[in-house]
Amino acid sequence: MTTVAAKAAGTGAKPATMAQALTRAMRDAMAEDPTVHVMGEDVGTLGGVFRITDGLAKEFGEDRCTDTPLAEAGILGAAVGMAMYGLRPVVEMQFDAFAYPAFEQLLSHVAKMRNRTRGAMPLPITIRVPYGGGIGGVEHHCDSSEAYYVATPGLHVVTPATVEDAYGLLRASIASDDPVVFLEPKRLYWSKADWSPQAPAAVPGIGKALVRRTGTSATLITYGPSLPVCLEAAEAAREEGWDLEVVDLRSLVPFDEETVVASVRRTGRAVVVHEAAGFGGPGAEIAARVTERCFHHLEAPVLRVTGFDIPYPPPMLEKHHLPGVDRILDAVARLQWEN
Amino acid sequence: MTVQELPGAGASHRPTPPPAWRPRTDAAPLLPDAEPYRVLGTPAADRLDPALMRRCYAELVRGRRYNAQATALTKQGRLAVYPSTVGQEACEIAAAMVLEDQDWLFPSYRDTLAAVARGLDPVQALTLLRGDWHTGYDPREHRIAPLSTPLATQLPHAVGLAHAARLRGDEVVALAMVGDGGTSEGDFHEALNFAAVWQAPVVFLVQNNGFAISVPLAKQTAAPTLAHKAVGYGMPGRLVDGNDVAAMHEVLTEAVRRARAGGGPTLIEAVTYRMEAHTNADDATRYRGDAEVEAWKAHDPVDLLERELTSRGILDEAGIQEARDAAETMAAALREGMNADPVLDPMDLFAHVYAEQTDRLREQAALLRAELDAEGDA
Repeated sequence: MTTVAAKAAGTGAKPATMAQALTRAMRDAMAEDPTVHVMGEDVGTLGGVFRITDGLAKEFGEDRCTDTPLAEAGILGAAVGMAMYGLRPVVEMQFDAFAYPAFEQLLSHVAKMRNRTRGAMPLPITIRVPYGGGIGGVEHHCDSSEAYYVATPGLHVVTPATVEDAYGLLRASIASDDPVVFLEPKRLYWSKADWSPQAPAAVPGIGKALVRRTGTSATLITYGPSLPVCLEAAEAAREEGWDLEVVDLRSLVPFDEETVVASVRRTGRAVVVHEAAGFGGPGAEIAARVTERCFHHLEAPVLRVTGFDIPYPPPMLEKHHLPGVDRILDAVARLQWEN
Repeated sequence: MTVQELPGAGASHRPTPPPAWRPRTDAAPLLPDAEPYRVLGTPAADRLDPALMRRCYAELVRGRRYNAQATALTKQGRLAVYPSTVGQEACEIAAAMVLEDQDWLFPSYRDTLAAVARGLDPVQALTLLRGDWHTGYDPREHRIAPLSTPLATQLPHAVGLAHAARLRGDEVVALAMVGDGGTSEGDFHEALNFAAVWQAPVVFLVQNNGFAISVPLAKQTAAPTLAHKAVGYGMPGRLVDGNDVAAMHEVLTEAVRRARAGGGPTLIEAVTYRMEAHTNADDATRYRGDAEVEAWKAHDPVDLLERELTSRGILDEAGIQEARDAAETMAAALREGMNADPVLDPMDLFAHVYAEQTDRLREQAALLRAELDAEGDA
């Protein structure tokens, strides 16, 4: 067993979920830095509806992990004032679509405060947003809202897809002197890996993509909840004779263009995969940049496999909406591009 | 920068900071009075502090002159726009005067005068409206948040800052200003609710100047007064004559004192009137008549105080002239400062988006650099 082997190797690694890694990241940040404050609806006594803040109020007190009134603009707006006074608020938005009332604060103040004060007043706020579908959630609980965030200059936007990245990226986000929208793929909350918080593998700061699987035939460019789907598709594609490379963006803003471009120049073909709607989605931007920089290396147009351009569907229909292995393999087949 | 290094922080550290949530214990009644509170022209004026009132008078005269000069600058094209506070100077001046150095002011876009009265350089206060940069000063240095153009969105910031200060054991009060129109915004309600639940040391000052651009108060709210809104959140509401600087000073001082002492937030509605249009771009004759404006002229904040103080022998001709001379000096300096063309560096466009520039911004900065160099060569 991996666990036994890891213990034998002395790393202390044991199975952990993404949820546990996120909790641990906040706990360690709060222990190290007394200015880190967690706040939001239900984050205290309950530990969050997904239990991501479990135990923080007990360990650090309700002043450091605070149940707020139910008002997202108020939560984020108060966090702005707290950050203005030198604290590092970590705000939970509970569900993707619940964050929308806070958008004026986010767009008009959070994203702009550093800029409008010529750097005098940066806002080190981390905004945790559980996002995406695949959990059978009803309306307003499954939006992939990353396009709104990435279209707003002044925000960093990151999203982990693995247990160790969940820890590393959240630590990096809390340590960042700029506001970070931290998108948590909620259907991966219970994904497990052998992991040790004592010896977290080096997760580079915000803005670095990672090649999760090397290959030669084409590159799948993805992030967050679609990473496991792409890795599964890459395995399945071997039967078709395709050796796929999979790039996990991890950070949407900044976008690690170099890693993506280097991969596509190696493989000559690319498919961008995400759950968010395709029109105006992050994939459109990525496909455009890849085309601009890899035109002479490309053997086929850059394709996108995304959620449909529809409001998020009811749970009994979501399987038809979410990009799955078959839809990705169909796109890969189209990369043969014989006009 | 740590919290302890912040200006105003740490001066009076408490061994045990109060908890994030506390029930309201302050005995102050919640309901506002039926009529706006007044001091000038009432028996309450007998207890006026002459030195304080002379200072208020000098500030009012300076504030009136500031408004006139800024309006003139719009006509000269030096300011893109100026939302005047002529008629509202007593609110602006009193708001600035009641705060101590470590306290914070959260102004709306109309409150440049309050920022200037707090000590901000008049030219720095106007850069947003001139158009060279959004905020022309360091908010931390002056404890003045950036002028907020979105309505009421700065109110939750005031709550968060005051809450954070209290958690750190600092006796800091945040005073947040908003107009009558702003009281309809969601952020106004969320801020008041947070402040009351957290018992945060915040004072909300609503300047009810009669109109939100063109929409009169009667179309803005069905509440008896805006001060009544406090009751639903569990904080005292105070109704005060916004043109009576003595009343404004007294009510604001009491609210700041209560906040500092841990008594929680207060909502103050100052009933005043905007004598000029919303901004120089607005035509106020479309929505209000001359008779109304004339009636308010008889209740001018500068004249009210001048009459009271001269009749009591607190102010004489020499004192009036002294205040006017000081105002002229300020106006001349403002003219001079605003007539100098600001030197702008276009590369600043990319300097303050993130702590560390992204590759994308570096690429775009290089594009602009090349364009500027080409212009220079041409």
